[in-house]
Amino acid sequence: MSQTAFETKHGKLWQAFEARMKNLRGKNDASEQAAADWPRQYRQITHDLALAQSRAYSPELVDRLNLLALRGHQQFYGARGNLLVSIIEFIGGGFPALVRRESLVVWIAAALLFIPMLGMIALLQHFPEYVHYFLSPDQLRSFEGMYAPGNRSLGPRHNADSQLMMFGYYIWNNVRIDFQCFASGILFGLGSVFYLLFNGIQIGSVAGYLTQQGYIQTFWGFVAGHSSWELLGAAIAGAAGLKLGWALVAPGQYKRLDALKRASRVAVRLLYGAAGMTTCAAFVEAFWSSISATPFALKVGVGLAFWALFLAYFLFAGRGRNAD
Amino acid sequence: MLDTLRRVPTPEGIELTLRLAGPVPRAYAFVVDLLIRGVILLVLVQILVFLGRSGWGLMAIAYFLLEWFYPVLFELLWGGATPGKRAFNLMVVNDNGTPVTVGASITRNLLRAVDFMPAFWAFGLLSMLFTRDFKRLGDLAAGTVVVYRDKVRSRAALPEVPPRAPAYPLSLAERRAVLNFAERYNLLTEERADEVAAHAGPLVEKNPSPANAILAIANHHNR
Repeated sequence: MSQTAFETKHGKLWQAFEARMKNLRGKNDASEQAAADWPRQYRQITHDLALAQSRAYSPELVDRLNLLALRGHQQFYGARGNLLVSIIEFIGGGFPALVRRESLVVWIAAALLFIPMLGMIALLQHFPEYVHYFLSPDQLRSFEGMYAPGNRSLGPRHNADSQLMMFGYYIWNNVRIDFQCFASGILFGLGSVFYLLFNGIQIGSVAGYLTQQGYIQTFWGFVAGHSSWELLGAAIAGAAGLKLGWALVAPGQYKRLDALKRASRVAVRLLYGAAGMTTCAAFVEAFWSSISATPFALKVGVGLAFWALFLAYFLFAGRGRNAD
Repeated sequence: MLDTLRRVPTPEGIELTLRLAGPVPRAYAFVVDLLIRGVILLVLVQILVFLGRSGWGLMAIAYFLLEWFYPVLFELLWGGATPGKRAFNLMVVNDNGTPVTVGASITRNLLRAVDFMPAFWAFGLLSMLFTRDFKRLGDLAAGTVVVYRDKVRSRAALPEVPPRAPAYPLSLAERRAVLNFAERYNLLTEERADEVAAHAGPLVEKNPSPANAILAIANHHNR
């Protein structure tokens, strides 16, 4: 068949398809009849492209059909589900199920964060002078200032009108650390290991030093509320990074690049949860932890309740559900 | 073969062709996006400065969102392209040719943090230069590529030479090569054009001007 005959025979369909692709952009209200007809049209286009290629019709025609088929392909295979529904499902069970399935990296990340942290707290009770290896005198002064007993409002900066400011700052700073911790995992996991250890030691030295100084009510009262949200979030972000790195270190039966792609699909979902938890931590920290009028016992009680809830959430929520 | 085309097989048993974009247009697009983000921040500062400390809090959130989610938002909602990419006719797609997914877009944009390391996008650039599809680390992990947003090309204007059919039927790739040569003929000196055309072997054998022979074939196919 000559190219001209081919074009006259199928030209109408191509034009209809082109017009349809234009209409599709932006709105999904095409009539049902047209929608039912569309897959057949798309198959016809792919068929025409294959014919045009094998019969060596002009490059222009092949390019045009390639473009049509590409747009159809993107429309056909690019459908997305309802975002809101998938978010609710994720929080309601997909996330804890995923954490349980990936429990190995989560445990490793948690160990890298919590062991140095608890170790530092214990160490500084017996050798308080060691704190100078980890924190500069300026840092120590500023932390002492923040948590000195008798402050009207606790934590970094203390002014009633600054809660929103601190909320913004916590999001910008803490969620960014989650992201960096995840992203640097692609360097064979080394970046994530570094961030986890560094944060563990840093948090542990501050907590250990202030405890040893006797600022127990002010410091522990302040951090109790958001501690579970923030520390678990950091550990899971680190786990996401380790997942990326481990795919490159030990790709198993896949090529390294393929292993990385597969792992990143899982890792980014761990990161959604981690970033969500860190954002909530910022909220709790700015609007609950900073209230100094709350009694110490209530603050610690609420903090422990959050830990207990998270324990139950990660152990029991979403049982019997596929982690994907 | 060394080229910037990537063929993607589809379930319908055909191969689609994507044209990959290299580091230079992508860098231009990035600079445009950087400027746009800068302007947005400047405008926001002018407004939020009146809100005092709360304003700074909102500013920090705005900065956070612009830094990490500006590309994600546009890639997902505006045909796979930020305004900068759109300006240079680029778009992000999954490496199987489908529109970029939520997870892939977030992955590739968060991994910018590593592509930037150790300074001035060194890792990202090296990764683009050493991978087949100009992928930076974020693209490798997310399984995405940056391609040209194709438009239907109009019939090319070629140098006028009396058309002549080739001695044997040409394949699609050969036809493309012939037409590309004719389109660029005016950019070459006569000697260089002949030199290039001489590589066509049997098509131009015993012809005093190989370039003219190729142009004649191109005109034959371009009718």
